[in-house]
Amino acid sequence: MSIPGIRDRKIEDVGLQAGVDRLTEDQIQKTIKKVLKGETGAKLKLYAETCMRCGLCAEGCHYYMSHDKDPSYAPVSKVRQTMWEILRHNGKVSPEFIYGCAQIAYTECNMCKRCAHYCPLGIDIGYIISVVRRICHKLGVVPLYIQDTAHSHSATMNQMWVKDDEWPDALQWQEDEARDEIPNLRIPLEVEGADIFYSVIGPEPKFRTQLIYQAAVLMNETGQSWTMPATPGWDNSDMAMYTGDYEVMGRIKRAHFDTAMRLKVKRIVMGECGHAFRSIYDMGNRWLGWKMHPVRVMHAIEFYHELLEKGQLKIAKTFDTPVTLHDPCNIIRGRGLMDQAREVVKAFCPNFVEMTPNREHNYCCCAGGGVINCGPPFKNVRVEGNKVKAEQLIRTGVPVVIAPCHNCHGGLEDIIHAYKTGQELKFLIDIIYECMEKPDAVE
Amino acid sequence: MRLASSWDWEPGQRVVLESTKCSEEHEWQEEFYASPDGERLACVVRLSDFESGVWVNGEVWESRFDRVWYPRFGPDNRLTVLAQAEMDWTVATEDAAWEDSYTYVWGTRFSEDGAHVAVSVQQDGAYGMIVDGKIWDTLYENANNFTLSPDGSRSAAAVQAIPMGQAEVAKFKAGVFTVAVDGQAWDKIVMNAWTPVFSKDARKVAAQIRLTHFDYAIAVDGGLWPDTYQMVWEPVFNPANGQLAAPVKAGGAWGVAIDGLMAWKPRFFQCWQPVFSRNGQRLAAIVAPEYGEFTVAIDGQPWSWTYPVIDQVVLSDDGSCAAARAKDNDEKWTIIKDGKPWERTYDMVFSPAISPDGAFAAAKVEKKGQHRIAVNGHELETVFDQAWDPVFNPEGDKILVRGLSQGKFLRAVVPVEQYRY
Ligand code: SF4
Ligand code: SF4
Repeated sequence: MSIPGIRDRKIEDVGLQAGVDRLTEDQIQKTIKKVLKGETGAKLKLYAETCMRCGLCAEGCHYYMSHDKDPSYAPVSKVRQTMWEILRHNGKVSPEFIYGCAQIAYTECNMCKRCAHYCPLGIDIGYIISVVRRICHKLGVVPLYIQDTAHSHSATMNQMWVKDDEWPDALQWQEDEARDEIPNLRIPLEVEGADIFYSVIGPEPKFRTQLIYQAAVLMNETGQSWTMPATPGWDNSDMAMYTGDYEVMGRIKRAHFDTAMRLKVKRIVMGECGHAFRSIYDMGNRWLGWKMHPVRVMHAIEFYHELLEKGQLKIAKTFDTPVTLHDPCNIIRGRGLMDQAREVVKAFCPNFVEMTPNREHNYCCCAGGGVINCGPPFKNVRVEGNKVKAEQLIRTGVPVVIAPCHNCHGGLEDIIHAYKTGQELKFLIDIIYECMEKPDAVE
Repeated sequence: MRLASSWDWEPGQRVVLESTKCSEEHEWQEEFYASPDGERLACVVRLSDFESGVWVNGEVWESRFDRVWYPRFGPDNRLTVLAQAEMDWTVATEDAAWEDSYTYVWGTRFSEDGAHVAVSVQQDGAYGMIVDGKIWDTLYENANNFTLSPDGSRSAAAVQAIPMGQAEVAKFKAGVFTVAVDGQAWDKIVMNAWTPVFSKDARKVAAQIRLTHFDYAIAVDGGLWPDTYQMVWEPVFNPANGQLAAPVKAGGAWGVAIDGLMAWKPRFFQCWQPVFSRNGQRLAAIVAPEYGEFTVAIDGQPWSWTYPVIDQVVLSDDGSCAAARAKDNDEKWTIIKDGKPWERTYDMVFSPAISPDGAFAAAKVEKKGQHRIAVNGHELETVFDQAWDPVFNPEGDKILVRGLSQGKFLRAVVPVEQYRY
């Protein structure tokens, strides 16, 4: 069976190829039927029956817009090439077809849900794509690099193969570093009964330790009762959610919430990450059976906002360089933090310039949904797939882009580099750390 | 004999020491820890920019270190810390450090009687465990999910037995992990191994296993139960007869299998934290009969009262009574005992304790930042800035209360008969 569109741009990936090499059509059909019968319900059926194939969602998608309106990148086309075909053929599809499905689902859709805002029926293409990914996971057809990340989650309970000792060691190292600036600073480990468990994503202790340092300064200088665990369960990230390995998603989310409950904290404050927020706030918790999160979860933006409101976070100076703000999908479309984000940015940055479109209409960074984690083979499509984002950035004319999300940083860095926008990328905490009052700091 | 039987159980309250003494003498003081018997209070203090020490009841240990962390009292009231000196790490119990030092140590564990102390270790990039100063003969590429047998005679962990390079997905799928017991890896190498657990007599070890991306299993001493499942959670041994129980998911629902046979029919949306009573007669677990509704099931029968969140089930010795922490929709915590919640709710309820006969449940509770101890839903009078979890005496008619109040470390023994219902 041929798929118009994806067959013309097949990308070689060792993981996808090894996966389909083992498949038979019977196996595929059996697996598909099992997933559709056992794990989907009225929602998928309703979407399949109500989608009018009108194409209004096309302009919602940055892939479509960035690839000169190539119809095969339109949201409806992505589901037409995958799920609608699967349903039409009652799951009797070829291994080669599954390769195409996997390539589309894992690398050509960020599950950003922007298109849902354009669909007159509110059809959630991201959800349909997630079912395609679940089928591909069950068939063992997953891009190599993101599969490796999901394996790391399963073996270490974190995204980056961080070993058990490397975590507390990294925290103690950051505590030592920060004491040069704030002599009485602590990163309190394993303090039962603290108000806050500060949780981060796997790359922080590995590559972005400055973020742990800055968060520790914020916590100390605003007088928080906080702790970090010294055990696995510290990582809030979740690529298993994006490979479709919901069993591992559940396992790592349970590890995270069990850690919070063991420490008897009142809330989890998480660093600036979007996909991890989706996993904790929406996906992983619910898959485990909790309607909401068993321990209250706050994204960093909400936390900074609260600190400003309570007067605990005081501003020593403003950040005068003109800045713009990238709205991460998972916390803006997913949680509605657009106003709080702006209030925090404006409190520190008097020269704030909106990019257009913005808020819930903002374009995705094109890294999200695990796409960036599919690794080098798919980088070009990802970067080409977000020309509209680069144009958005350039139009702002500002030298600094704030993106309160790790994946967005990964995606935007590539775009900034590829399209030579010349902009500097910052987390909100970078600016807060630079501009906040630090009463205990030594000169 | 239970360790607590030798403690002072004379009813009444006494001031053990002025806890403010520590901050008066030391500019840098970390969190306090109280010994289980309530006779000692300890914390880490910084003695100079490059020197840390251990403060216990007003005295600082003679041993000094570059860094000290994780001070923990064992069940026998001895204090153990993890300590760094000249870049290397070691373990010190009651001011006596182990002879050897290591690249990194963490995760202190005690045997039930406190006589044995174990830690996880990384030595020159290889991983394993040390028990009472003796390191495993074989160390591994990676290790986690460390555990010590109840009697402290054996230790185990999930280990990576086969080296693996970056993104070697096929190799991982073929299996690189297993369980090592006292450093010896099982022959059975699998994709994932989690939560190894010992039987009471330390003769058997069981673990959760993932064989493929979709097939989960339970392993005992390296052999697998005959069936595979959609998912499994932590297995637990019956302390009386050595049977093994584990939550398993089959046909889209959770139940409990015992020694490989389905014992609780899979009918729950969720099932975890299995726990046997001390006499092995009853098995309890947290279950969700419906999505979003959690409760406790005993021998497969769920309580009718459900909560959005349930945590930490404790059973009386004969399993006739049970208690757990529960959180409601307003984010308030309480204790649910034998299917009925306490009337009052709190900002936080800590680990529940249950008397051996199950007549009383007690817990530290928190409201507006202050701690009290509550028994069967009644709050004791003393308000603490910080309290520790209550402990029942072996007869179950008194509790030991430990806490800091107005600069004093208090120890009280309170008869609980009046709170019986
Ligand atoms: S990338 Fe976003 S806009 Fe495009 S199809 Fe996927 S969910 Fe829709
Ligand atoms: S998803 Fe919505 S907008 Fe897109 S084609 Fe279907 S009905 Fe039209």
